[in-house]
Amino acid sequence: MTGVRGAALTGHRRPAVGLAAGDRRRTWPWRRAALAMTVVAAAGLPFVLPPYRLFQVTLVLVYAVALLGLDLVVGHSGQISLGHGAFFGVGAYVAAVMIGRLGLPYPVTLPAAALVTYGLGWAAGLPALRLRGLYLAVVTFSVAVVLPPLLKRFPEVTGGAMGMPVATPRGAGLDDDQWIYFLVLATAAVAVAGIRNLTRSRGGRALTAIRQHPAAAEVLGMQAASHLTRAFAWSAMYAGVAGALHTWTTGFVAPDTFTLSLSITLLAGAVIGGLATPAGPLLGALVVTAVPAAARELNPAAPGLVSGLLIVAVVYAAPTGLAGLLRRAAAAVAARLPAGRRA
Amino acid sequence: MFGQQLLEGLGAGAGYAALALALVLTYRFTGIVNFAQGELAMLATYVAWQLVVSGMPYWVALPVTVALAFAAGVLTERLVIRRLESGAGEVTLVVTTIGLYVLVNALATLVWTAALRAFPSPFPDSPPGLAALAAAGVAGAVLGALALVVRRTGLGLVMRAVAADARSARLSGVRVGRVLALGWGAAAAVGALSGVLLAPTLFLEPSMMTGVLVYAFAAATLGGFDSALGAVAGGLAVGVTETLAGTYLGFVGADLKIAVPLVIVVAVLLLRPQGLFGSAPVERA
Amino acid sequence: MRRVLLVLTLLLLTGCRADGGGAVLTGECAGQDGTGIDADHVKVGGIYPLSGPASAYAAVAQGASAYFAHLNRHGGVDGRRVEFLVRDDAYEPARAVEEARRLVLHERVFALFQTLGTPSTAAVREFAHRWKVPQVFVATGAAAWGAEAERRPWTIGFQPSYVAEARVYARYLAEELPHARVAVLYQNDDFGHELLDGFRRAIAGTSVRIVAERGYEVTDPGVQGQLANLAASKADVLLDVSTPKFAAQALAADAAMTGWNPLHILNGVAASPAVLQPVGYDKVQGVITAGFQKDPAAPEWADDPAVRTYLTALERYAPEADPGSQQVVFGWSAAEAFVKTLRRMRCPSREALRAAAHRLDDVRLGMLLPGITLSTGPGDAFPIEAEQLSRFEGERWVPFGRVIDTRAGPAGQ
Repeated sequence: MTGVRGAALTGHRRPAVGLAAGDRRRTWPWRRAALAMTVVAAAGLPFVLPPYRLFQVTLVLVYAVALLGLDLVVGHSGQISLGHGAFFGVGAYVAAVMIGRLGLPYPVTLPAAALVTYGLGWAAGLPALRLRGLYLAVVTFSVAVVLPPLLKRFPEVTGGAMGMPVATPRGAGLDDDQWIYFLVLATAAVAVAGIRNLTRSRGGRALTAIRQHPAAAEVLGMQAASHLTRAFAWSAMYAGVAGALHTWTTGFVAPDTFTLSLSITLLAGAVIGGLATPAGPLLGALVVTAVPAAARELNPAAPGLVSGLLIVAVVYAAPTGLAGLLRRAAAAVAARLPAGRRA
Repeated sequence: MFGQQLLEGLGAGAGYAALALALVLTYRFTGIVNFAQGELAMLATYVAWQLVVSGMPYWVALPVTVALAFAAGVLTERLVIRRLESGAGEVTLVVTTIGLYVLVNALATLVWTAALRAFPSPFPDSPPGLAALAAAGVAGAVLGALALVVRRTGLGLVMRAVAADARSARLSGVRVGRVLALGWGAAAAVGALSGVLLAPTLFLEPSMMTGVLVYAFAAATLGGFDSALGAVAGGLAVGVTETLAGTYLGFVGADLKIAVPLVIVVAVLLLRPQGLFGSAPVERA
Repeated sequence: MRRVLLVLTLLLLTGCRADGGGAVLTGECAGQDGTGIDADHVKVGGIYPLSGPASAYAAVAQGASAYFAHLNRHGGVDGRRVEFLVRDDAYEPARAVEEARRLVLHERVFALFQTLGTPSTAAVREFAHRWKVPQVFVATGAAAWGAEAERRPWTIGFQPSYVAEARVYARYLAEELPHARVAVLYQNDDFGHELLDGFRRAIAGTSVRIVAERGYEVTDPGVQGQLANLAASKADVLLDVSTPKFAAQALAADAAMTGWNPLHILNGVAASPAVLQPVGYDKVQGVITAGFQKDPAAPEWADDPAVRTYLTALERYAPEADPGSQQVVFGWSAAEAFVKTLRRMRCPSREALRAAAHRLDDVRLGMLLPGITLSTGPGDAFPIEAEQLSRFEGERWVPFGRVIDTRAGPAGQ
């Protein structure tokens, strides 16, 4: 029995991809140009897209921040978290209560949400990760199930089951949705930079080692529990920040938005996007927001049919996620183009 | 009054226990948590309902359904899970089951609509207490049969070998693939039973098992996630706390009663990490 | 490459946006917003849970769509065809806001006709207020839509509020069972709490008492445990404030318990044939509920012209809908009310629609029970405020007693 558990949870069956596998080859030669294009496109987007589309793009960025965090747990640490929907919800409520009840200015809510969820993540990860195995899934599952009724319990603070409307940020000279988009974009950029630093640091390399071969990592003197707990706390913090951004974007919080199904959706998004790759979270967020919408267009009678088939099909066609697929496609394109300077 | 409530709790608990058992079976054999377990059970319950409605006697429809569910479980493993297993990790497999969950639910809604259906009870005119006891009895009998198979037969020996270490089993000439498919089949069959047990009181509809899955997950967790006996005991315990907590733990209240088993779980994790019935993990290089 | 950059930079600098403003009217309605309405069309959006846990309420959308189709067939509203766009929010408030954005900013609808469920409506209400879009005849019984009309005038309710419904039950009990001991099963959300609190306030001062109350979560598998708890109280009356699936479970559990036979009061949300039929009609005899709509299947309405129109139209435009469902009737009635409100607009503008919705005087609708009308005015933003009790006899609800007007209680909230 114990063998299965060991095999199941250390995750050694998963083939490492890209940087995580120590692959330093460049698949795409024009990195700087691509980056510049992305920056320009991101800055220009709010001026060409109609408000509704821009709102959707903003939501994608919000989920991308949450998935960046979740990827630390699922991708880099090889653990399963069912509680990121709850951390997302806590972040959203911290922001909503601070703006709606206490009347504080919105910029303050971001660090506050980050701080609270970091602490919560630490508290949840500490007992669970000391033990490892399925326990993190179990503890986070508990958090996800308990949060909605708990939020309903204190209607004076949280607005109860009915939820609470919140004033959305406004900026001078821009439409509201444009201003929020830029706020979210800036936060997402910082989040990406933060993850890059984290995963390339000593701690990030330790995580990879612990995931790949826990016993060997231990022998090399890495304290698995403390590394994993820290990573989990960071990850919860990312989800909390995304939650605060979600409140800014939608201007409304309700307990039933942050149920277990949100956690499950996020988990699916992380895997479909691609684990432990920089592009994974963004692609995953795109799938999480676009797939249900597309499914409703395609088959209004049973949107689940399309969503479910898509999830299974993507996992089937691209076990390393969409990012893996994209990487392969990019490599193929780069190899064919005559101008491609293979680095 | 206490007795009545206890009986109610045990009756509901038997259903949770059966689904928890199914979750644990899948987990033990394949090392993944199957989120679609409840939905597969719901699908099986619809099949049973369709059979009964078309005129088949209840006690014939039940074994037919369980057999069909077993076959469906084996097929799912062969057609979906097996294909992925070679290339993908557990997390990916877990997400596949999430996809299955969504897919099966939508499929059922498409075929049977979201309307509530009355599901026949095997003991239509008995008082609720008796029906609950009978349900608990059925769950116990299944567990007993399962335990007999696993402990006393050659097949059981092979199954235990695969569960203990798939790679070593394969090297010893065990056809691991077959045993894994068998594990999925057994889990689906037990799951179908949980659906049939719960449907008379919960009413049949596509999202019938969604809430049950959460409770079953709590039950499996309470039992350590790798012990069949633990899953059953956990299911009964969750059922009983659910009924009694509302009455005897005033500060908890009905809204937070689901928190009771979960708080127990976290407390247990701190004191006895392998769960109440689970076995302690041994780390090996 | 560089050219692309240049174009994008230019675009960024000029700050242009592929998006025009709304249609501002001129002439006698100068300055008002006429987006989504012209001489031939009026574009309207509705948001319903077509999928997800509350997808049973999709029936409301079917009823409304059928009415609009029927209307367009007969010439529309003053020559305008109603173009009704139905969107799915899966009963998630965040998604409802997203869909509202889509409808208002992308599809450019004239008004939002109905959002379903209190959380979704509350979420969309802020958006509607922000963009000054009417959100009329929302399908939820929260009292807030009427009580907060001063602050959020763009949103208005339709059905009697849950508080009004609670008053009807309280008044009935105070008259018929003055010393009733009541056990309450409630859904632990806005709907359950509002009806329960409304009931508690309405029985204050009478000798009716609540002796036990048990909540459940929408995510719970069942309510058998709660029912067993409530049975321990030996109350005379069970006030059942649950949604369809749980109501069926509660009715079945109540019928199975031979030792406890309370008067079962079933709230209006769950009093549909789709709930009672699976339980078995023989097990729900004598259950009481309050309603305000005609039962299309009842023999007393067999010759009623409005009911006949309804049945023929449904058969033609929504053959997949269950014509006996009160949800479908609800959608139909609300759509009819909406069209009557459109006819009362003084200008083809959003402002005029808002004004018309707040100035309804005894508007009759075909599918409302006789004696029940829509009226609003200054200080009263509750369109329907009267209900009649029905008892389940045989295979249907039989109305009894008089129409109870809840306005005659403490005014407003």
